[in-house]
Amino acid sequence: MTQAPVISVRNLVVEFATRRGILRAIDGVSFDIMPGEVLGVVGESGAGKSVTGSAIIGLIEPPGRIAGGEILLHGKRIDNLPAEEMRRIRGRKIAMIFQDPLTSLNPLYRVGEQLIETIQTHTDLSASAARARAIDLLAEVGIPAPERRIDGYPHEFSGGMRQRVVIALALSAEPDFIVADEPTTALDVSVQAQIIQLIKKLCRERGTAVMLVTHDMGVIAETADRVAVMYAGRVAEIGPVRDVVKHPLHPYAKGLMGAIPTLEAEAERLVQIPGSMPRLTNIPKGCAFNPRCERVMDRCRIERPEPSDPKGDLSSGAAIMPGHRVACHLYDGGAK
Amino acid sequence: MLAFVIRRVLQSVAVMLAVAMIAFVMFRFVGDPINQMVGVDTPQEEVARLRASLGLNDPAPVQFGRFIWNALHFEFGTSYQFRLPVTQLLAERAPATLELAFTAAGFALLVGVIMGVYCALRRDSVLAQVFQAVSLVGVSLPTFLIGILLIYLFAVILGWLPSNGRGDVVALGGWWTTGFLTKSGLRALILPAITLGLFQMTLIMRLVRSEMMEVMRTDYIKFAKARGLTTRAIHFGHALKNTLIPVITIAGLQLGSIIAFAIITETVFNWPGMGLLFLKAVQNVDIPIMAAYLMLIGLLFVMINLLVDLAYGFVDPRLRVAMRA
Amino acid sequence: MAANNAPGLVARILDSDVYASFRSTKIVMVAAFIVLLMFIGALFAPWLAPFNPFDPATVFLADASIPPRWQDGGDPRFIFGTDDQGRDLYSAILYGLRVSLIVGGLGVLLAAAIGITLGLLAGYIGGKVDSIIMRVADVQLTFPAILIALLIDGVVHALFKGSSREDTAIPVLVISIGLSFWVQYARTIRGSTMVEKNKDYVHAARLVGLTAPVIMVRHVLPNVIGPVLVILTINLGLAIITEATLSFLGVGLPATQPSLGTLISIGNKYLFSGDWWIVTFPGATLAIIVLAVNLLGDWLRDALNPKLR
Repeated sequence: MTQAPVISVRNLVVEFATRRGILRAIDGVSFDIMPGEVLGVVGESGAGKSVTGSAIIGLIEPPGRIAGGEILLHGKRIDNLPAEEMRRIRGRKIAMIFQDPLTSLNPLYRVGEQLIETIQTHTDLSASAARARAIDLLAEVGIPAPERRIDGYPHEFSGGMRQRVVIALALSAEPDFIVADEPTTALDVSVQAQIIQLIKKLCRERGTAVMLVTHDMGVIAETADRVAVMYAGRVAEIGPVRDVVKHPLHPYAKGLMGAIPTLEAEAERLVQIPGSMPRLTNIPKGCAFNPRCERVMDRCRIERPEPSDPKGDLSSGAAIMPGHRVACHLYDGGAK
Repeated sequence: MLAFVIRRVLQSVAVMLAVAMIAFVMFRFVGDPINQMVGVDTPQEEVARLRASLGLNDPAPVQFGRFIWNALHFEFGTSYQFRLPVTQLLAERAPATLELAFTAAGFALLVGVIMGVYCALRRDSVLAQVFQAVSLVGVSLPTFLIGILLIYLFAVILGWLPSNGRGDVVALGGWWTTGFLTKSGLRALILPAITLGLFQMTLIMRLVRSEMMEVMRTDYIKFAKARGLTTRAIHFGHALKNTLIPVITIAGLQLGSIIAFAIITETVFNWPGMGLLFLKAVQNVDIPIMAAYLMLIGLLFVMINLLVDLAYGFVDPRLRVAMRA
Repeated sequence: MAANNAPGLVARILDSDVYASFRSTKIVMVAAFIVLLMFIGALFAPWLAPFNPFDPATVFLADASIPPRWQDGGDPRFIFGTDDQGRDLYSAILYGLRVSLIVGGLGVLLAAAIGITLGLLAGYIGGKVDSIIMRVADVQLTFPAILIALLIDGVVHALFKGSSREDTAIPVLVISIGLSFWVQYARTIRGSTMVEKNKDYVHAARLVGLTAPVIMVRHVLPNVIGPVLVILTINLGLAIITEATLSFLGVGLPATQPSLGTLISIGNKYLFSGDWWIVTFPGATLAIIVLAVNLLGDWLRDALNPKLR
């Protein structure tokens, strides 16, 4: 089955102008997301996950800017649209869910006012129809007694309930694609699973594609169809979620998955990745991960690896599924 | 909620008592009321009799009690300079000061909010930079210098507006005089009102600007943008409403300052208000007027603080929960 | 440029964010230059001024109200002209600036001293002391400083009826300003003292047996004094304005010992007779010094507090 992707990101570059020079927060990121697909994006903070999400929805604020590459929605370029046209796409075609439901809602407006305002911005519905739709949406995201709760203020809702309201707001214009930026990080552990299940269920029902940004591998493993591992503004590894979790290739991804299978004595031991991610001001030449990598080669310090299908020594000998790509010199089919 | 109101009211009463204490100490011990009432040649027995009849030999707490009792009946004694009841002097001048203060406050709020919103939304535009520069100058220039500048420009050089007094006033109901109803009264109001309001205007402008820029950075504004709401809805619906709540609070508190700052403006423009009276009292050590004015301004500040706090208290639980994260 | 390997103090200053922001803001550099210039002018007024406006022997009524040098009727001896009593305005401004800066500076220092002391006591001792001091601060904060300064001025003059204004003017002004502006220091110091007093080094000092005053002054104070610099700068502008306002209102410095405010007050009387220079030059000097000080204060606050940017 070949479908056209909802969102295609091609060689995206995002830069921030600072006093100490221009920082590249995103440096050549590419991926596609298919209709109904959940792409998980993981990485340490500062790896560029959230910036990628903001770039797609067109909310990179100065001093940041998209300095290169393109973003396509249903094959049509959107990164260079005028502000007003991009605004019409936001909410209607692409929506976003933020990390903290406590601060995502305007405290001075009733939940219903915020929903109705959003619905009426993107549809021609009358006020009463929009209100009816808002109640439906609240019911759909699992708010009990929505016809009463619609007139409540955000502070009258618990954290989990507020995130449900946020999801209702994001879904209010039936978007094709949702960027969910750490949607459960600020919630209680007991609520996290419910919210993830809700997002997953709603998107499956509606065929909405999701980019799920998180640093929680558990959430990814449970929810995502595919996963992209980001490091220092680049995609280190991308592929079907089971394959990447079970057979990570990139040394960083291996570290991230918690255990690196080694042939030495101490097998299956939790491994910390030594060091920390470089600051954007001094990303090393070649592969950005080279100072922390156990298997670093001379080449890694000079030549930057690009994401490609792995070849040659896969060490574990496991079968690699199609679409699993890695940016590492270890897998380019042997030394040249 | 009720406990909060009661506690707040009690606090206000306590503050008012403290102010009254200061006023009483001034009234009773700094300026001896007797010395001003008698001449050099008054016989000693006469002085002693007067002292006793005024109750000045009673214990201090008793005198303080009497002072409070009198104050509650707007009884502050006789002015040393004018030989008239202080209350009458203040009441005659109150309308001039209040009209000036409210005009200035209205001007400051209206223009300050508009300029502040503009500066927050178009922060890199040339006009915003100009506003910013003007605001810095406005904060730095002393009120009296602004008044002199305006007088020099509009009264001396251009000759457009009067620089002195209130113009013609109309008496209303026997206890109020207004300059709002005559042309000369309105013309006379313009320069003093701008002078008095300018400082508060720049203050409000800077406050609105920083507050709104803060609001524009919040998650709920980002989320509103991500939902594709129109720029107008985001700026004037969401951001402005959230900006104005703290601004209105602070602007309310500033009203008291405006009335106090009227002392300077009234001096520059020879405006026949309470401030001018107070200043003359300070210059001539007319303690009863100083004490009464202190009580009056104290009452005003305490009332405004109380009202603002109570109003905020009603809004607060909502904000407190929502803003905490 | 300064040191090669071990970065010295100069190099550290040159590399700091504060210095970078100083360099990047031209207007702040200009303001700093103006403030420096005015301080030098005030400090060396007796040597820089061609006349001594306080010396009646050099002042002649015949020279009264002469316009600036470049105007018709100007006199080459008086660059900015003379005032109503024949004093050279340029000299009067230099001396007036001196008085304004002395009064403003001492007033602010007194305010800081009071505020820091009370803030340390309130923060370190806590309890009743704390609530009394902060309650007084709350009450005072509801009144504008200028009103408090006016009241203090009135009371002090009532108490010392015998002495002339000339002798008491400067101390009374300094006290008025000091008592009007201490609250902000006290609040800031109290806040940081409450944080510091629970830190290990204070516990250690207490275990060693140091007394409370020693701990407060020698150990806590150096760690909480930082923000005072910013408040000092911002308050200096306010204090200069307050002094000028009081003098303008006629309760500050007398005409025989003029500050900038007094000069403006004198000039204001002659505004309508066309002697514009008597008010203009002192007024401009006052505006420029306060503006420059405020610019520095604003910048310092932003530069030291990156969160606000």
